[in-house]
Amino acid sequence: METKPAQTKYITREESAGYDSKTLDYIRNAAAHGLYEIRGMGAKRKVANFDDLVFLGASLSRYALEGYREKCATKTILGTRFAKKPIELDIPITIAGMSFGSLSANVKEALGRAASEMGTSTTTGDGGMTQEERQSSKTLVYQCLPSRYGFNPDDVRRADAIEVVIGQGAKPGGGGMLLGQKVSARVAKMRTLPEGIDQRSACRHPDWTGPDDLAIKIHELRELTDWEKPIYVKVGATRTFNDVKLAVHSGADVVVVDGMQGGTAATQTCFIEHVGIPTLAAVRQAVDALEDMDMKGKVQLIVSGGIRSGPDVAKALAMGADAVAIGQGVLIALGCNSDSYIQNGVHHPAAEGYAALGTAAGFCHHCHTGKCPVGITTQDAILEQYLQPEVGAKRLRNYLKTLNMELTTIARACGKQNVHHLEREDLVALTVEAAAMANLPLAGTNWIPGSNGR
Amino acid sequence: MENLTFDLAKSPLRELNQLLHKEARNGKLGKVTVLNPDGAHNIAVGLDCPVEVDVQGHAGYYVGGMNKTATVTITGSAGTGVGENMMSGKVHVKGFASNGAGASAHGGLLVIDGDAGLRCGISLKGGDIVVGGSVGSFSAFMAQAGRMVICGDAGDALGDSIYEAVLYVRGNIKTLGSDAQIEPMSQADLDTVADLLAQAGIKHDPKEFKRIASKRELYHWNVDANQEY
Repeated sequence: METKPAQTKYITREESAGYDSKTLDYIRNAAAHGLYEIRGMGAKRKVANFDDLVFLGASLSRYALEGYREKCATKTILGTRFAKKPIELDIPITIAGMSFGSLSANVKEALGRAASEMGTSTTTGDGGMTQEERQSSKTLVYQCLPSRYGFNPDDVRRADAIEVVIGQGAKPGGGGMLLGQKVSARVAKMRTLPEGIDQRSACRHPDWTGPDDLAIKIHELRELTDWEKPIYVKVGATRTFNDVKLAVHSGADVVVVDGMQGGTAATQTCFIEHVGIPTLAAVRQAVDALEDMDMKGKVQLIVSGGIRSGPDVAKALAMGADAVAIGQGVLIALGCNSDSYIQNGVHHPAAEGYAALGTAAGFCHHCHTGKCPVGITTQDAILEQYLQPEVGAKRLRNYLKTLNMELTTIARACGKQNVHHLEREDLVALTVEAAAMANLPLAGTNWIPGSNGR
Repeated sequence: MENLTFDLAKSPLRELNQLLHKEARNGKLGKVTVLNPDGAHNIAVGLDCPVEVDVQGHAGYYVGGMNKTATVTITGSAGTGVGENMMSGKVHVKGFASNGAGASAHGGLLVIDGDAGLRCGISLKGGDIVVGGSVGSFSAFMAQAGRMVICGDAGDALGDSIYEAVLYVRGNIKTLGSDAQIEPMSQADLDTVADLLAQAGIKHDPKEFKRIASKRELYHWNVDANQEY
């Protein structure tokens, strides 16, 4: 009898789940360089998110509004607790804090223009306020960060609100980072640093420690601005229930909670993927904290970290947020990870630029290199021309407009005349994980995992 | 120009700061004497004109914070963050100062006649600080620019992760922080120390001071500098 060798190709070529190709790459890279990987953008791993929730639209038990004819308000007011001049926005979708330094001056100008046209706010970042963004932004939130780069009382006075940044979702507990390629002459001057050094920002504020000190710091900012401007406190999502309570205790007008999907221009990958909790879980904890203190509606909540679409905005609002902030979605609207950039109305291929970074459109997270192939996260004199402020502003305006239309479409379908009337009862979860994190029933059941001991 | 006395036991801090922001800016006030500060926080923050403020007693956190062009004198001691993020002008503490004195100051002169606590001159960005006594641990942490003259001793980790700021210490340094080193005093350094001491009204021989500045080894990612980040 002729023997046939046993087939073993699935055994001999079995990939290990624990030591998969990605892990092998990681170990080899560590062995070759002795330094952790630094990159931009947010968590890439799959976590429970707003996609795992759906709305219960109106039917017989609820009354829907006409999609186009009936009014659905989107006006949003932030900072009503103590500030003499609260922020009034036309839409509950704001632009998240991103620094000049991580972004080019052209991009900052585009953000300001689009936000102003849509009646919403932009936010400075780690590195101070530029003339371009102040001029182009009708409503500008000025961040007070641990590094205090370029922090200046004149800018505090000409801001519309102040955001004390404790942490961000991509790296709660970590400071900023800007590698030498991006520390251009102008960036270096604004930050009082030598040009071209690898800048590592502090992770703690220099002049206060803990919530009791923060209360005094916030009081200082109020005294300095004669109690006019709203004070936001931004936290990266970790122990969100306690952190939100402490922020409120410290006297915040607005609390900003940034989940782990939130982006960054540069930080250690281990930070991005392994520190912090998903936005979905954080929103619920933040709202629980406000309700527990009877501060819901008195202190406003802004949620950020992986808000991409109109439905995401609607779900965040329904869960109890007053507004959202968007960073990565905004950059993608401008052309981040696109295979081309637009100059004078013509699309130019960007494939070579991505290839030079060892990546391709759709996978790029090389914001930290300053060699953004589409001219967004760069300080390079040639690359920054790839994003023209007017083109960026137009694209961003379209994006924000689409999000707002989707938001009002969903709100009307749920029978709401005001997007802020969306409520938890309008939502159910599609997965057990999301149901548990968001404290919502699994669709088609009345089961909320963990609730009432079940 | 009018000189005025403001009693914090009788009127609230809000009124004092409002007065200093609005009236002083109009050039109506020359000197304001603050009585009964009683450790209140945020006295004379955000001043933006060359007014003189004399705080008669102890002040709490952030006295003279973010000062521009004004002269703030505290006859007693000052709490955390005195003169923090000062841009210009002068803040003078005649007693002792707590933690984070002169934190992230971009300009101006902070003088502390007594000792300063932890993290004096942390994140300094161009301001000058003269301490008549000693400073606590982690002073000049990540200091980017500006000068500090310490007439007494320094605690642990002086000048940790320091950038371009320069420190002058007369007494003992318990330990230096990462990337800080003692360097020889040049004539320019002696002149600087003499000038800052004169501005502070403190008498010492500049030759008694050591110069501390950055080794600049942490300026770039460097595999061999393992774990020093």
